[in-house]
Parts: sequence; C-alpha cells; structure tokens
Amino acid sequence: MGDILALAGSNLVSPMVLSFALGFAAALARSDLSFPEAAAKALSLYLLFAIGFKGGASVADHGLDATLVLAIAAGAALSAVIPLIAFALLQAISGLDRVNAAAVAAHYGSISIVTFVAATSALTTAGEGFEGYLVAVAAVMETPAILVALWLARAGRAGAAEPAGGTEPGLWREIALNGSIVLLTGAFLIGLATGPSGLAEISSFIIDPFKGVLCLFLLDMGLVAGRGMRTGARHLAAPVIGFGLCMPLIGAALGLAAGTAIGLSTGGIALMATLAASASYIAVPAAMRVALPEANPSIYLTLSLGVTFPFNLTVGIPLYSAAAALVSGG
Amino acid sequence: MELHPKKRLEVIVEAPALARILRFLDERGVKGYTILPAIAGSGASGRIWSREGQVGDAGRMVAIVAIMDEARLEQLFDDLYGIVSRQIGIVSISDCMVVRKDAF
Repeated sequence: MGDILALAGSNLVSPMVLSFALGFAAALARSDLSFPEAAAKALSLYLLFAIGFKGGASVADHGLDATLVLAIAAGAALSAVIPLIAFALLQAISGLDRVNAAAVAAHYGSISIVTFVAATSALTTAGEGFEGYLVAVAAVMETPAILVALWLARAGRAGAAEPAGGTEPGLWREIALNGSIVLLTGAFLIGLATGPSGLAEISSFIIDPFKGVLCLFLLDMGLVAGRGMRTGARHLAAPVIGFGLCMPLIGAALGLAAGTAIGLSTGGIALMATLAASASYIAVPAAMRVALPEANPSIYLTLSLGVTFPFNLTVGIPLYSAAAALVSGG
Repeated sequence: MELHPKKRLEVIVEAPALARILRFLDERGVKGYTILPAIAGSGASGRIWSREGQVGDAGRMVAIVAIMDEARLEQLFDDLYGIVSRQIGIVSISDCMVVRKDAF
C-alpha cells in the first residue's frame, strides 16, 4: 500500500502532470495563455513519431513472439466490447438518448494516445519495462469502437432510412488513414526496420527531449481541457460525470484481465489497462461529427477531455500500474 | 470592363465534413472553390469559440467558397444541402460579378 501511495504521489508531482495542471488552472482562470495551432500540431507529431519509433526499435531488439498477435487481438476485442458496456451503463444511469450514449460509448472504446504516452513515460521513470509492440495495439484499438457505436446508434432506428451523409466508403477511409494512426504505425515500422542502430542515430532527437516536449504538450492539453470544462460543463449532468470517472476503472479492469491472460509483463499489463481505460478526444470526435452529427459534441468532448483524461493522468496511471504489479506479482 | 453575373455559394461548416463536401463538388463538376480556415466565431448558442482552443478537427470550422452559374447551382443545391443539413454550419448564396465568365 505504501508503494502504491508513493507511486501515486510521485506521479502527481511529476513535471508532466504539473504542466497539465498549470494549463488546466490557467484556462479555468481565463488566462490568455495559448499555444499556436501549428505549434500544438508539431508537438503532437513529434510525440507520435517518437513513441512509434521507440516501440518499433524495441520490438526489433527483443524479437516478435506469439504474444504480439494475442495482444493485438485482445486490443481489438477490448475496443469492440467496451462500447457495449459503456452504452448499457449510460442508458441505465445517464438519461442520455440512444445517439448521444452511442457517441460517448465510441470514445471510451477507442483510446487516447496522449494518455498512453504519459503512461509509458511514468513507467520509464519508475524503471518498469514494457512490450514495445503495444504501440501497434494502440493503433488497432482506435477503430473497432467506432464501428460498434455506429451499430448501436442505428440499431435503435432499424427500418428507418439511412440519413443523408450516413455511412459511406469515404468515412472508413478517413478513419483508417487518420493522420495519427498513419504516423504512429509508420514510425513503428521505421523503428522495426532500423532497430537499435536506427534508434541510436536519432536518440538525441527522440529520447532526450521527449519528456520536455511531453510537458509542453500536456500544458496545451491542460488549456484545452480547462477551456472545455469551463464552457461545456453545463452540458454534463452529475450521472454523466460519474460515468466519466467510473468507466475508466471498468475499462482498466478489463485491460488488466486481458493483459494478464495473454502473459504481458507488469509494465505491459499496466499499459493495456491504460489503453482500455482511456477515451479518445481526437479521432473519434471527428468521426462522430461525420457519422453521427446529431450527437452533441459538448457532451462527448467535454466528458472525454475534461473529466476522463485528467482522471487518468493524475489518478488512473499510478492506480493501473499498482494494480498491474499486484496481479502479476511484479 | 464587361462584368458577368454569377452566384457565390458559401458553406461554413465543421471541418470533419469538409472532405465529404469537396468530393460532392468534384463529382458535380464544380471547377473551382476556395477553402478558408475559420479563426473564431459565435453560434446560435451564443458561445464564442476559437480555432486555437481545439485539440482536433471536431471543433474547428472551415469556409468553402465557390462561384458558379445560377443554373449549375440550382442543379446541385438540394443535394448539397442534404449533405450539410445535419452538420453545424451556415449555407448562403449571394449574387456576384466576375470578369472572366468562362472560368466559372
């Protein structure tokens, strides 16, 4: 118990979490602090490239095994199952209509790559290793949740005509070739192809500055989350906020079970739990605006970014790491 | 200088719907259009939003401007409106004059 509290305490006072807290507080205080759009985009591109490359290089160094296939299959299954649970829970407690509940459920089945990056950083700081290929699992978990959520939304209006602008081949192309997925997967493949020697060549760029860049990015995320809470909180009833705090724990429990069942390391189990606990706020909202425009973005974006993301960053990541150590005996 | 009357179609719409609208315009043979990023604004909710305050495309807005013959606009407008009617945004049509009539 003492170890868990120490881990939680050190996470809370880490430069990354404090940077996020600074941004969040500045936004709530209506400070004019802001990041230029291009700078925020550049920071996110850097983080995606770095985490993908390091994951690929790690796999090249340690080799592939059957666990990789199992982990990808487990990730896809989690991404498909979690929206079903989230949808049922929302319908039971939140009073959201079917379309809004399905849209929110999609966010919780998909993942937040920033939460994943923050978790890998926390594990690295704690000296805990993890499987590099979990980057590929993260990429796989983006999409199944969207498919399930669209099915959930449309199952309630079976027989009704497909609305204008509904599902079309172009939508799936946009989701599958989402820039984040392409960069993450592409950098992973480059890291896999070039291995440790490739990593050594650019380590001064993608390893040494990594945590500093992550701090700046989380400062911006704090600003965005704080602004979202300031303007969107009135759209969130208490049961919906309760969902945003409970659903990560349910997802994490499933991730812990899946990671343990397929034999991941302690760090790998923690990351699988983090992925299952996190909620998307970039790829899925864009997909929902095209596929389910009736759903209210003030609900799903504010919930995912303003409630669940801060929860995972501050409480969730140390909790999932501690739980992973407990179940793996690590 | 001789000027020629045309119609100016302006669609201000949320960014995720942009690709779908451009595909539609291309399919309908609209030769030219201009896409502009919306920096900030305020909608029916009265809430001011800013492009810099968004983490992804979901909260961003763009403007698509296309100039064309009235006859072509009439042919495509209903179908275009079918695409954007469920999205956040504004569709407007106005009269304008151009110098090079064959360019539109």
